[in-house]
Amino acid sequence: MAPVLDPMVGRYLRLEIDGVDHRLYFEEAGPKEGGGIPLVCLHTAGADSRQYRHLLADREITSRFRVLAFDMPWHGKSTPPDGWEKTEYRLTTASYTAAIRAFCRVMELDKPVVMGCSIGGRIVLNLAIAHAAEFRALIALEAADFQQPWYDTTWLHRPDVHGGEVCAALVSGLIAPQSPPASRHETLWMYMQGGPGVFKGDLYFYRVDGDLRDKVKSIDTKVCPLYLLTGEYDFSCTAEDTLRTAAQIPGVEVQIMKHVGHFPMSEHPAKFREYILPVLAKIS
Amino acid sequence: MSPADRFARLPDLLADDSDLARRGRWVTVDCRIDIGEQPFFLGLENGALAAFERGTRLMRSSAFTIRADEEAWTQHWQAMPAPGWHDLFALTKRGAATMEGDFRPLLQHLQFFKDLLALPRRLSTEG
Repeated sequence: MAPVLDPMVGRYLRLEIDGVDHRLYFEEAGPKEGGGIPLVCLHTAGADSRQYRHLLADREITSRFRVLAFDMPWHGKSTPPDGWEKTEYRLTTASYTAAIRAFCRVMELDKPVVMGCSIGGRIVLNLAIAHAAEFRALIALEAADFQQPWYDTTWLHRPDVHGGEVCAALVSGLIAPQSPPASRHETLWMYMQGGPGVFKGDLYFYRVDGDLRDKVKSIDTKVCPLYLLTGEYDFSCTAEDTLRTAAQIPGVEVQIMKHVGHFPMSEHPAKFREYILPVLAKIS
Repeated sequence: MSPADRFARLPDLLADDSDLARRGRWVTVDCRIDIGEQPFFLGLENGALAAFERGTRLMRSSAFTIRADEEAWTQHWQAMPAPGWHDLFALTKRGAATMEGDFRPLLQHLQFFKDLLALPRRLSTEG
């Protein structure tokens, strides 16, 4: 019997980000030479690109889009840079933006679409603010200009609390109760596998460095279309947070997703598909 | 059934959940859960309820306390809770619940406590 293979292929990419050598893992699927529109997918804080495995295997999407999802530095199968043991990992607006732009440049992607979730959604807003002309369209999932914190991140990295289990337990409440149990627990499994302090380091960007209040007013959707989609069960980035953000951006398209939480692409792939296919149809 | 009466069924609900008992095998702590005005004192030993007392107890110590009003617990225990009522931290963020005391045992076993405190959802026919 022939082996049953998922359609995506994984590779390691050597590149420099801000002058530092990195080895990034990414997966891709879709028509490389057949005119597919590059669609770069950004995972949530403390997780990795596996969150997009259903999108990467969706032939209705990969027939038109070249879908690429990379593990951010320090995440998944991307190795942290040499000397990581002497530093405390902290993601910033600048370092996150640099990583995305470096990936797109080195992969020679021509005006890609970028879709990000949570911190990935927040940085998509920053791309819309600062680099809109480089992109064909931008999709921000579970994104807002600012969100009220709901726990103390120091609990995420200390020796007396299991980092993976506490990260997963905290975010478990952000998954909608309607999500299929297998998808819920696959989403949580990824959170249990993050490196020590990585989720906490990502949240530095989210909570301290990445406040985009007022800045989103400068987004020009005529330069690059922007789509915001947020799940109704996301109490971290609430529907109100996203709608408040959207109200400041003329021309943005916003949608609140029913029966979905903070991880639409991995917690409920079939439901997310209902919402994302029409958006992708508009872009293509 | 009042929310406190529902929570009073916790020992039976936990006894019926062998998976939660397995996951809680490292949990040994005394804590307090307030259902509206009704305090409950839980004495957990290796994930089992060795003690479970309802009502005020003078000078009873507990590592941590979780409090929410009756409305919050009622909403939380719907079979399919509405957005914003479906998780303990959703309740605290909206100001419908509080947590205080020593957070370490709570955070060390957070998924266990979230699932333990959601058990009365199984008594719900709504939602």
